[in-house]
Amino acid sequence: MAYSEKLLDHFKNPRNVGTLDKGSKTVGTGLVGAPECGDVMRLQIEVDESTGKISDAKFKTFGCGSAIASSSLATEWLKGKSVDEALAIDNMEIVEELALPPVKIHCSVLAEDAIKSAIADYRKKNGAEVEAEATSEKA
Amino acid sequence: MDKRMIYLDNNATTPTDPRVVDKMVPFFYENPGNAASRNHPYGWVAEEAVDYAREQIANLIHVDPKEIIFTSGATEADNLGIKGVFEMYSRKGNHIITCKTEHKAVLDACKKVEKMGGSVTYLDVKGDGLIDLDELRAAITDKTILVSIMYANNETGLIMPMKEIGQICEEKGVLFMSDATQAVGKIDVNPKELGIHIMAFTSHKMYGPKGVGALFVNRKNPRVKVTSQMDGGGHERGMRSGTLNVPGIVGFGHAAELAAKEMVQDAERLSRLRDKLESSLLANLEECEVNGNPDHRMPHVSNVSFKHVEGEGLMMTFNQNIALSSGSACTSASLEPSYVLVAMGVGDELAHSSLRFSLGRFTKEEDIDYAIEAVTKGVNHMRDLSPIWEMYKEGVDLSSVEWSEH
Repeated sequence: MAYSEKLLDHFKNPRNVGTLDKGSKTVGTGLVGAPECGDVMRLQIEVDESTGKISDAKFKTFGCGSAIASSSLATEWLKGKSVDEALAIDNMEIVEELALPPVKIHCSVLAEDAIKSAIADYRKKNGAEVEAEATSEKA
Repeated sequence: MDKRMIYLDNNATTPTDPRVVDKMVPFFYENPGNAASRNHPYGWVAEEAVDYAREQIANLIHVDPKEIIFTSGATEADNLGIKGVFEMYSRKGNHIITCKTEHKAVLDACKKVEKMGGSVTYLDVKGDGLIDLDELRAAITDKTILVSIMYANNETGLIMPMKEIGQICEEKGVLFMSDATQAVGKIDVNPKELGIHIMAFTSHKMYGPKGVGALFVNRKNPRVKVTSQMDGGGHERGMRSGTLNVPGIVGFGHAAELAAKEMVQDAERLSRLRDKLESSLLANLEECEVNGNPDHRMPHVSNVSFKHVEGEGLMMTFNQNIALSSGSACTSASLEPSYVLVAMGVGDELAHSSLRFSLGRFTKEEDIDYAIEAVTKGVNHMRDLSPIWEMYKEGVDLSSVEWSEH
């Protein structure tokens, strides 16, 4: 099974590896997967409150090459997006971009879960604002 | 990019020794005969070559050439042994005992036996990877016809207590079979001395060609028979029909002769290299451990877990240069870790974090030096990326974390 150049590049030169302050109100953290299953992804976003856009994203992943590349790519895509735009990222976009083989599709699913989980964490921390936004949208 | 290629996956298959290939080539050209053609010189030459190879192989394991049944490989030999005994001895009983860490060729043949109305006991292994002899003794009933325990494990290199198992089978009067695929040609294997009645092994794990293997079937005291699983011309004393793979058998024979001459010195050299690899990795990296009982191992195999690093990802840091195997098969939605390591109680996470190094006749010291450096670098790289390594370093109790299993 040969991996795509893009996948290998993300694996060898992973983007945005690191840790944001999970205690910060502007940071959302998603931790998905389990060590017994062979993959754990931690993806974090930092939201600029003035613009509502994701200003920084970091990850760390325990897993195979496809899992690492999927999460690295996800952090690249997240930066500069609004939270709602980030929520729209679909795992199949990751599959296409990295040309993941069928047996590795679950790695992209995990990345999508990590994004959603990080956003949920951010929204929970900022509960009031989210509700306010939702209300204003309705109105 | 460094184009060096280092092969440390000799338990998967060994490269064919060039001296073996040289012996095989004439049997594709000058001597293309069928060993079963009795009426012309082509057939006689082929038959003579097969007889000679049978002797070379019999000499390697100290048995009579008539006790060697050629097959297409160890998988077929395992199937023939297990299903063949089950059918042949069905009047005596229907119970077979094996072990959870066997190769799939044995486990799946046993599952088939269960479908055919047999009953199978799968023995656990202890933490060191070996079976408990008391459990074996207790599992034997008056319906037991066969105990099948592998000689050496493919993933860990652990050598089972063959002599003790042989004695128990002798006492209880049941047949003893062994899948000796990983042992024959690497260490001295003597089934008669150990009380093994049936033994499967193959050419391509001892620097011979793929596609040819053998089943040793004891002929005297006791006289063992297996029901053929392949019907046809009645080759191999009626136990395995099918035209013999003459070039393959010639290569197998020569590989066996070379092994008989060279395996002791190969084993000495490889165990020194293996120990160097292991001790260097353990010295360079914290939180790694060797899996299995180090006093009962094949000389050329090492199975190491690197905590908080996933094996397949780790391999990808160097797999364009180093070929080896991982205990993590992250290839399906179920993400199965190695069942062998799990049966030893290694734990799913550590099983996912393991690599198997298997050295061979063509492994050089510089290969090992390169591997030590590459693995050390790879583990450090993967730990920098690993959230659970970070948590471990921060003192988080990983067992207390609520993981979202998927």
